[in-house]
Amino acid sequence: MFRIVFLLCAVSAFGQTKYPGVGKAAPAERVKAADMTVMADGRGLPVGRGNVETGRGLYKTHCAECHNEAGEGRDKQWPALVGGTGTLATKSAKKTVGSYWPYATTVWDTIARSMPYNNPGTLKSDEVYAITAFVLHLNGIVAAGQGLDEKSLPQVKMPNRDGFIPAVHPDVKAKR
Amino acid sequence: MADRRAFLGLAAVLTACTKSKTPSVVEQSMAPYGERAATETIARTATERTASVGVGSSTTPLQELHGVITPSALHFERHHAGIPKIDPAKHTLLVHGLVEQPMEFSLDDLKRLPTVTRTHFLECSGNGGAELRGIAGGTAEKSHGLLSCSEWTGVPVKVLLEQAGVKPEAKWVVAEGADACRMARSIPMAKCMEDALVVYGQNGEALRPGQGYPLRLLLPGFEENASVKWLDRLHVTEEPAQSNQETAHYTDLLPDGKARQFSFVMDTNSVITRPSGGQKIAGGAGFVEISGIAWTGNGKIKRVEISTDGGKTWVDAALEEPVLSRSLVRFRAPWVWDGKDAVIQSRATDETGYLQPTRDEIVEARGMNSQYHYHGVKPWAVKADGSVTNV
Repeated sequence: MFRIVFLLCAVSAFGQTKYPGVGKAAPAERVKAADMTVMADGRGLPVGRGNVETGRGLYKTHCAECHNEAGEGRDKQWPALVGGTGTLATKSAKKTVGSYWPYATTVWDTIARSMPYNNPGTLKSDEVYAITAFVLHLNGIVAAGQGLDEKSLPQVKMPNRDGFIPAVHPDVKAKR
Repeated sequence: MADRRAFLGLAAVLTACTKSKTPSVVEQSMAPYGERAATETIARTATERTASVGVGSSTTPLQELHGVITPSALHFERHHAGIPKIDPAKHTLLVHGLVEQPMEFSLDDLKRLPTVTRTHFLECSGNGGAELRGIAGGTAEKSHGLLSCSEWTGVPVKVLLEQAGVKPEAKWVVAEGADACRMARSIPMAKCMEDALVVYGQNGEALRPGQGYPLRLLLPGFEENASVKWLDRLHVTEEPAQSNQETAHYTDLLPDGKARQFSFVMDTNSVITRPSGGQKIAGGAGFVEISGIAWTGNGKIKRVEISTDGGKTWVDAALEEPVLSRSLVRFRAPWVWDGKDAVIQSRATDETGYLQPTRDEIVEARGMNSQYHYHGVKPWAVKADGSVTNV
């Protein structure tokens, strides 16, 4: 009887886990501070906004050195952000934001977490919205006067939105 | 009588020792952390793609290695934003999202949990891409060097998810690293529950910084990019995040313009490493053991065949035990070389029956724009002078 009481106490002290006492509960504010996941439907996007014109200036400052003035890329190292529409089914397929990327949220997320290349993660949310708007404008996806925010960005339909299929494995057949 | 013979033998040895020159300088003291012999110089080839330090890739010199384990110092690397400096005492892994209780684990916490040690290969899905494009590599390192194999130690992801309590609607886990670009990939829940690990150990010691020190995800048989290094967050979700590395990159463009997405599994593959490109068979015609490595993300390698006549006839190679799932396997086959020009190659079959295809068969199925997951049969040309080159 004493043993049963002791076990019940142990469970209540450490919660109903298989490995009691290992790891600590993460409070909501800790999770909020760390969570930067942006989903394709816009969940996770921070509140903020930016427009094409603001983005033009920010792009010149932070992006043009590598991606070039109009997003055409530089050398082989620095990828083009524009062009390639209609090339995906050809021998000279050119994968860019405009021709290939399926979600506008991915553009925002890529800039927010990994750009500028030598100083990633330093842009403010509003700046990221503005640069995203400008890059999409370069691709003819967002109009010149337009702005983007956490609500409108996920509504942007990318030209290659339906260009991806779940991989079936294996996909190659060898003859013996 | 036996004792006397042994005594005479020992005396002979002692005499021999006193006659040979005693090394006057000890090559190395008993250093706290050992170094290889000064005469051993094999190294990775690093390609830094930009002016940024540590961004780019380095390849493993497969043709110089024995067995199946890659020395940690020679493990290939591919980084997108350099190698971060991380204090292991402060590093934690946060598990949150669709869980009953968000949890945070220190490295000390992880070491208290049920632990496993497994041998698995890691391969960049871009490995061999140049072969597809017809720019064949002159050595096994150049053609296949974005491939390594280690003994990894850590905790099953399943244990951590159980500890936090996964909600029934959870289908994906977004893994994120603490490098400068906070690289993130979405991993199917089924893989997390099957054999995914968070590892802190590599070949018996802590992970190397270039391999994610102090903690990385390890997804056996999946493309290496998804085994997120410097792991500090697992976000349990209903959907994939559609991150940069699972949309813009690591998707496989097909001839009709559609792209295969989430093509995680590394296909069945093999390459002869000895004799292989850049090497020379010394001493002319005669016996040469052919040796190489085979691997598959599908599970275990079942069979490796060798051809020494350009693919006309094939014979089975011996597989060195133990044959482990989603690990490199060493194969060996005897060959009596007649001293004439020859083309040698290997092809692997896995336990599901999948046979490694030729380059032509891959091109037929995927076209030329699918730059990832190349796994074609690799021929080497042996010339009459013993030199081995790419075909």
